[in-house]
Amino acid sequence: MSATEIHGSPHILSVGQDVLLVAKDRYIETMRNLALDGFEMCVDLTAVDFLTHPGRSLPQGIDAERFEVVVNLLSMSLHKRLRLRVQVSEADPIIDSAFEIYPGTEAMEREVFDMFGISFRNHPDLTRILMPEDWDGHPLRKDYSQGQIPVQFKGATT
Amino acid sequence: MTDIDDVVSADTFEGRQELQPRKVLTPREVLREVGAVLRMSETDAALLSETTTEVAEDQTMIINMGPQHPSTHGVLRLMLELQGETVLRCKPIIGYLHTGMEKTGESLTFMQGGTNVTRMDYVSPLNNELVFSMATEKLLGIDGDIPERAVWMRMLLSELNRMSSHLLFMATNGMDIGAVSMMLYGWREREEVLRFFQKVTGLRMNHNFIRPGGVAADLPPEWRDDVLAILDMLPARLAEYDTLMSGQPIWRDRLQGVGVITQQEAIALSATGPILRSTGVSWDLRRDMPYLHYDEMEFDVIVGKHGDSYDRYAIRLEEIRESMKIVRQILERMPSGDFRIQNKKVTPPPRARIDESMEALIHHFKIFTEGFKVPEGEVYMAIESPRGEIGCYIASDGSATPYRMHVRAPSFVNIQTLPHMMRGGLVADAVAVISSVDPVLGEVDR
Repeated sequence: MSATEIHGSPHILSVGQDVLLVAKDRYIETMRNLALDGFEMCVDLTAVDFLTHPGRSLPQGIDAERFEVVVNLLSMSLHKRLRLRVQVSEADPIIDSAFEIYPGTEAMEREVFDMFGISFRNHPDLTRILMPEDWDGHPLRKDYSQGQIPVQFKGATT
Repeated sequence: MTDIDDVVSADTFEGRQELQPRKVLTPREVLREVGAVLRMSETDAALLSETTTEVAEDQTMIINMGPQHPSTHGVLRLMLELQGETVLRCKPIIGYLHTGMEKTGESLTFMQGGTNVTRMDYVSPLNNELVFSMATEKLLGIDGDIPERAVWMRMLLSELNRMSSHLLFMATNGMDIGAVSMMLYGWREREEVLRFFQKVTGLRMNHNFIRPGGVAADLPPEWRDDVLAILDMLPARLAEYDTLMSGQPIWRDRLQGVGVITQQEAIALSATGPILRSTGVSWDLRRDMPYLHYDEMEFDVIVGKHGDSYDRYAIRLEEIRESMKIVRQILERMPSGDFRIQNKKVTPPPRARIDESMEALIHHFKIFTEGFKVPEGEVYMAIESPRGEIGCYIASDGSATPYRMHVRAPSFVNIQTLPHMMRGGLVADAVAVISSVDPVLGEVDR
């Protein structure tokens, strides 16, 4: 793990790709600074639920939490990509919305809310996007069972 | 409606996703909602005279377009607020084709993952497989060891797939605008390309041909003649399209100046592919962040100027010609050799070995039942699909299945531009605008 920092957050390489591990309270500030640095586009925003894989390696000073919001930024002027990983705890699954900086994240944040139950503060339209409105639970969480149709074999006795 | 200052308490009652009628909204909520669907802040939304709160409620009407509508390319549902024939607000509602493919991907091994991702963007399946395989190879650390023939085969298939996808766009775009004969021509030409895919991969669509480590099989012996036949057939047909559509006054009137999006808007909305290029941004991952051997290819990135539906049509038509240029260069340079990596970890033993060696049989069985383990880590790979940047994010915990597999679907992001393009336009142009974005709903909903 290298010790370099970008905008006060530890910068590491993950299989050769630039990753920035940002604290949740510095997330929006960092995004704003990176937008000024020339990262014009937020190509992707997603999340990972590390419920069943808690022991992943993170640099010193970053505490692993259950959820991780992963943001991929692209700079067309610098021909560079940068990935932000933000730890979001299970007890407080709320993070600021990046909508004001990158409006393109609107649908992506809704998808993360829908699939993981992570809320985005000040998101203009935080509703489910892929699942029906009255759905219970968040499907991509690791404690959400994949669901199976019970199969009854012919002539089986129960 | 909820208290808008407390938006983190996201409630999910019936009708919450839908476009709300003005009578149930306060003026501030209208501005917030207009801002949300148009991806701008409340303050910016207030500056738009035609979308402000003053529009009398009895002058407007909210109608549903879709989810079942021939021009929505699947099951896209748009809620349009109309004043007469003018679209004031528009909100796309998606999820009708959601089948939980990212969740499914977590229980399939890296070996099986290709069958899953190939069904996302079913119009360009080979690009989906390619980006998934590239992400897996990067995590395995074998991305530099893929045999040359496999790399060139991947490029050949990817480019032919771009052509077939754009040919399908020509067909559906023509049909949506009313050029019905174009529909038949587009499907006919696409079928020629699919016939080649069938010969190579065994299937017309959903090939699962590009796999981690290389490709599934070698090219058939007469592949060169088949590709040349396609390349010889197409130029005359494309010239026919030009006669039929590009130069035709009705076609131009129907598309020029319709669904305009500016450069700033396209970048802010993370739009990629022909939508971004139609606004004049020269950005193509094949040239600007090359993968495979695209850095050695001679081709032009087609860029528009006006950001309207006509530019998006013209860009795709020209991109077919550029892809043909690339395919010709691939034909000249296709090397011989192995089509998959000879790494016992990811490649099963050849069929003949299984009959002679017990170890090979066991190895073959284990690799197909248990899969291969991929080191812990996370990676994001992106390539240029016909619709824009398709990305694959994989987080691995060291087991044989991805811990999390996410596909950044270009259509899912591009569909956000629809409300922008439609605002202030006519409802009759809505069809032209949807068509020019060219969404594939299998990929939008995953």
